[in-house]
Amino acid sequence: MRLIIREDPEDVATYMANYIKERINQFNPTAERPFVLGLPTGSSPIHIYRKLVDLHRANELSFKHVVTFNMDEYVGLPRDHPESYHSFMWNHLFRHVDIPPAQVNILDGNAEDLDKECRRYEEKILSYGGIELFLGGIGPDGHIAFNEPGSSLKSRTRPKTLAYETILANARFFGGDISKVPNLALTVGVGTVMDARDVAIIITGQHKSIALAKCIEEGVNHMWTVSALQMHPSALIVCDEDATAELHVKTVKYFKSIEKVHEELLGRENMDLQGRVHGSIKRHAGYQE
Amino acid sequence: MATANASRPRTVQIYNCRLLRDGQIHDDDYLWMRDGKLLDPKICFWSEQIEADERINAHGLLVTPGLIDVQINGAFGVDFSTDFEAMQAGGVVRAAQGLLRQGCTSFCPTLVSSAPDVYTQALPLLGPRKGNLENGAEVLGAHLEGPFIAHEKKGAHDPRVLQASVSGIADIEKIYGPIVRGGNASIITVAPEIPGMYKCIEELDKRGIVVSMGHSMAQIAEAEEGLKHGAKFVTHMFNAMSSFHHRDPAIVGLLGATHMERPYYGLIADGFHAHPCSVRIAYSAHPKGLVLVTDSMAALGLPLGEYTLGDMHVECTKDAVYIAGTNTLAGSRITLAECIRRFRKFTSCSVEEAIDSATLHPATLLGVQDRKGTLKHGADADLCFFDDQLHIQRVFIDGQEVDGVES
Repeated sequence: MRLIIREDPEDVATYMANYIKERINQFNPTAERPFVLGLPTGSSPIHIYRKLVDLHRANELSFKHVVTFNMDEYVGLPRDHPESYHSFMWNHLFRHVDIPPAQVNILDGNAEDLDKECRRYEEKILSYGGIELFLGGIGPDGHIAFNEPGSSLKSRTRPKTLAYETILANARFFGGDISKVPNLALTVGVGTVMDARDVAIIITGQHKSIALAKCIEEGVNHMWTVSALQMHPSALIVCDEDATAELHVKTVKYFKSIEKVHEELLGRENMDLQGRVHGSIKRHAGYQE
Repeated sequence: MATANASRPRTVQIYNCRLLRDGQIHDDDYLWMRDGKLLDPKICFWSEQIEADERINAHGLLVTPGLIDVQINGAFGVDFSTDFEAMQAGGVVRAAQGLLRQGCTSFCPTLVSSAPDVYTQALPLLGPRKGNLENGAEVLGAHLEGPFIAHEKKGAHDPRVLQASVSGIADIEKIYGPIVRGGNASIITVAPEIPGMYKCIEELDKRGIVVSMGHSMAQIAEAEEGLKHGAKFVTHMFNAMSSFHHRDPAIVGLLGATHMERPYYGLIADGFHAHPCSVRIAYSAHPKGLVLVTDSMAALGLPLGEYTLGDMHVECTKDAVYIAGTNTLAGSRITLAECIRRFRKFTSCSVEEAIDSATLHPATLLGVQDRKGTLKHGADADLCFFDDQLHIQRVFIDGQEVDGVES
């Protein structure tokens, strides 16, 4: 796992947006071989989307051959409700970019048969050969998508009851009326995220510092579902300084020094975007002695 | 750019625009249209899963609903009250197309006080008619200004045709012909104090006609009575009405009406018909009711110079029209866009308020706010593109771009 620490949420978003752009452009997607991207909602990704839109407008990034799968959607909320994740994605990303509508996938929280809808979603992901890059955020309790504490780390896409805390927190979006907050959502599972070839998580703010510490300094634990990433072969976390508040100084220094080694000693040209060293790396002359 | 499938109409996206929607300017927004209507792009995206056939770059201009003028006596050489032959020979369309190039996408052609035969001839030519590239600006029905008005406040109207009293709606129909919901007339300006008028106001209101109070000697009590009986509008506030007096503020006093809903009111914001201070007073008192009108006459849109219009020989200068060789005002030739700019200058109001006063407010007055004066989905795709100085750069009607726009 890589941890990239940046000064503030703005820098975090810039890093992440550029990372996504580079990954897509390097993949060189075509109609036959699209780039499959997993997408989150929430407050932290808003900045990333804004920057992706800017990159699109600067002609540096096209979504023509990108297929997207969103993480989750409320059950029973009309698609055009301002708080639906359809609305979120429409407002923050889709209406601004050149993605063909047929390449956008969001779970249908109004499907008659919710289980069937979830199975269909998993099958559709598989039909594209899986997700290339899953972008995500986390909640203060370390949940990824709606996989709240206690979710199976092998879970797949399914209907999920929301934690009471989450319902309370969401009430502000529904006129402060708890009875109006959906209490059920469809969500990809931890296992669905783990199947992506690449996972990139954004974590900003002091209120998420405990979750970050639990995620990377302690063991894999279903009470902090994002900690499952420790088992992922190619996971990236980008956080801001505030989110490191609960980490050991040693941890912070370690990950910063790794970045330094990569950038200054090995050289960026010898690394790929996911932080792996190229097999063809030129070794130091003295190394062979 | 994809070509439109023959089986479905073209979907057009305007991008890179600032949009005036719900009284607010939204930066960096989009507008979608199809079949001459504004479209909810979410339906295209989520349900139909289609992309726009055509994309139009607005280059950051402010996109607003098309402008609406509810009081305009003529334009481009056509006087709606006299030039019947010209009107029959396509004069209304000529005027409507000229107005369109100035950003006015809907209007109420206005007839001054006239004899019955004038209404017989003119009204059939001035009824509601769809706006498009062929027809020009949409006609939202005629505005009949008089002849049920006060002799003392007749303005430029012919005193011989004025009606001093009315015993019922039959008297009114004797002059205009039948007045029905959805007929040729949309607005009728009356003096409420004319004996027998309150009952008629009530009946006209029932028939879906907007009753406006103007050219009137009404005291405040009479003006309030007019409101109570269903009047919704005041014709060119300050002009052709009793002056404001603090003990009896007359019709002007309705700007501050205390225990009833205040009416919409027209305002000629050229700086001449009402002093800029008066414009600002009206705006400050009742901004939500303000409807900008030009009250322009046939000389609107004509190049500067001398003309014979109706039975008058007039001279058009930059700001106004004078009886040739005199200093007597013969009417205005101001465009509605210029009224917006001057109104904004006089009042320092927001761009949103200035535009609403020439779009949403007149549309709501006429009860057409679902299709005119708004950028709501489903509304007619009549649009103006303004630059930062509020000069019009592009105009669309019925979803089609208008050529030869006059900024």
